[in-house]
Amino acid sequence: MTKEYKRSDGRKNNQLRPIAAKVGIIPNADGSAMFAFGKTVAIAAVYGPRQLHPQHMQNPSTGILRCNYDLLSFSVYDRKKPGPSRRSNEISKVTEWALSPALDLKEFPAQVVDVQIYILQADAGTRTAGINAASMALAHAGLPMKDLICSVAVGKNDKHLIVDLTKEEEDYEEGEGATDFAMAKLANHDELTLLQMDGKIQPNIVKDALKLASEACKEVYEAQKKALKDIVIEIPSNLVTQQSGISNGQFPKRRDIIKEIVHNGGEEK
Amino acid sequence: MSYIENENNEAHEAISDSGDSSDSAKRFVVVPGETIIEGEDYLPGEGTRREGSKIVSSKFGLAEIAGRVIKLIPIFGAFIARRNNVVIGRVSDITYSGWLVDIDSSTSAFLPIDESPRFVNRNEMDQYLAIGDVIAAKIWSVKTKGIDLTLKGKGLGKLEGGFIFRVIPSRVPRVIGREGSMVNLIKDKTGCNITVGQNGWIWIRGETIDAEIKARRAVELVSEKVHVGGLTDKIEAWFMEEKQ
Repeated sequence: MTKEYKRSDGRKNNQLRPIAAKVGIIPNADGSAMFAFGKTVAIAAVYGPRQLHPQHMQNPSTGILRCNYDLLSFSVYDRKKPGPSRRSNEISKVTEWALSPALDLKEFPAQVVDVQIYILQADAGTRTAGINAASMALAHAGLPMKDLICSVAVGKNDKHLIVDLTKEEEDYEEGEGATDFAMAKLANHDELTLLQMDGKIQPNIVKDALKLASEACKEVYEAQKKALKDIVIEIPSNLVTQQSGISNGQFPKRRDIIKEIVHNGGEEK
Repeated sequence: MSYIENENNEAHEAISDSGDSSDSAKRFVVVPGETIIEGEDYLPGEGTRREGSKIVSSKFGLAEIAGRVIKLIPIFGAFIARRNNVVIGRVSDITYSGWLVDIDSSTSAFLPIDESPRFVNRNEMDQYLAIGDVIAAKIWSVKTKGIDLTLKGKGLGKLEGGFIFRVIPSRVPRVIGREGSMVNLIKDKTGCNITVGQNGWIWIRGETIDAEIKARRAVELVSEKVHVGGLTDKIEAWFMEEKQ
């Protein structure tokens, strides 16, 4: 029955929106990434491991993860008042819980890894896009991880199971209405790290929904993997074989690799 | 997928053009959780772990298969301080018992007054090292509270003249090369004085500005070409090309 369902944007019921992913977008951060599901765009920056203040939050046996998620004020149609809200606090917390099973910070006692997630444009599924971006950014920061985290939302419009809902689908009101079921999992393990649901769903189709999500996660994982590997290859590899690039005085600049400090060597001028 | 072909080409090139055992080892990019190789015969080295019959990566970087041992070479990430690392840092504060030094590490670094190679009068500490001065120091201890530095040792002390720039700290081993082969090559070819800190700060001082810039470009080239084998030879070729 779910096969025939026609979605408003013409997608199949198990089809994700076009994914865009890029790593290394924020030169100042230790790790950074962008992830987009169609019109939903999330960026994430990782700072650390670094000293944790206030001191009472320090854990002498392991480092901790601290996430901050927020919508930018221009990301939604009606301007979002900047600053933390009830909603963004909750999502920050569940993002933290979704990511920490993959991270191993035992090497960094009493320190913190900060993850900042910002939504540039929101069209439903912002927390899942945020988690995907953050997972790539953590890997880019060179932190020890068990696995990447993939996240996707499944849901239901009336009686039809669908994957990666848009805002329009989230607001669907006919029949049984809309259900939004966000989940995250370890990419190569069958372990879920996030499960949240808005709306109603029959217990007997929860399994089907999760199966659909697991399939969709594979696609997300491939996109994340490709984005991460691309930045290593992107570093000009034709330089040595085609030396003309160098001899005419051009030298490739990559701002996220070289941070420049000019210094007068301690002499007063 | 073009990048896999690319990797293979590089690996073959490395085998054919150099007899160096480490350079001829197979290297390819892996993400955390990705299976590097399957088989009970292999041993998980640094940055990898065993999951059943597979060897799985725990970090984003280059996996290296050298014989039976699988290793992971990180290529991104912040500096993680280890004892005996030589680092370059800038004095950020003077306290009654020593200097606070910014070395880009997660915890603050402290240079006690007793760890300077010669006697320093407590009232005139800024005569020896003032705020903003840049030093090469050795990490003497790493604790959760912070890092202790020392200036006692060969080649350590205040750095004067020249300039400083940064590369990603995990690329420093490549910049240094095997037993310093890479940095010595660059020193030879440009006549510059180069000190490489494990924290990714690099200090260069040469006879002329041109020599300094050339040395810097060579170092940047090395730090960018992480996935290439037999790099020392290629940098040598690059210098030849530059000369013309």
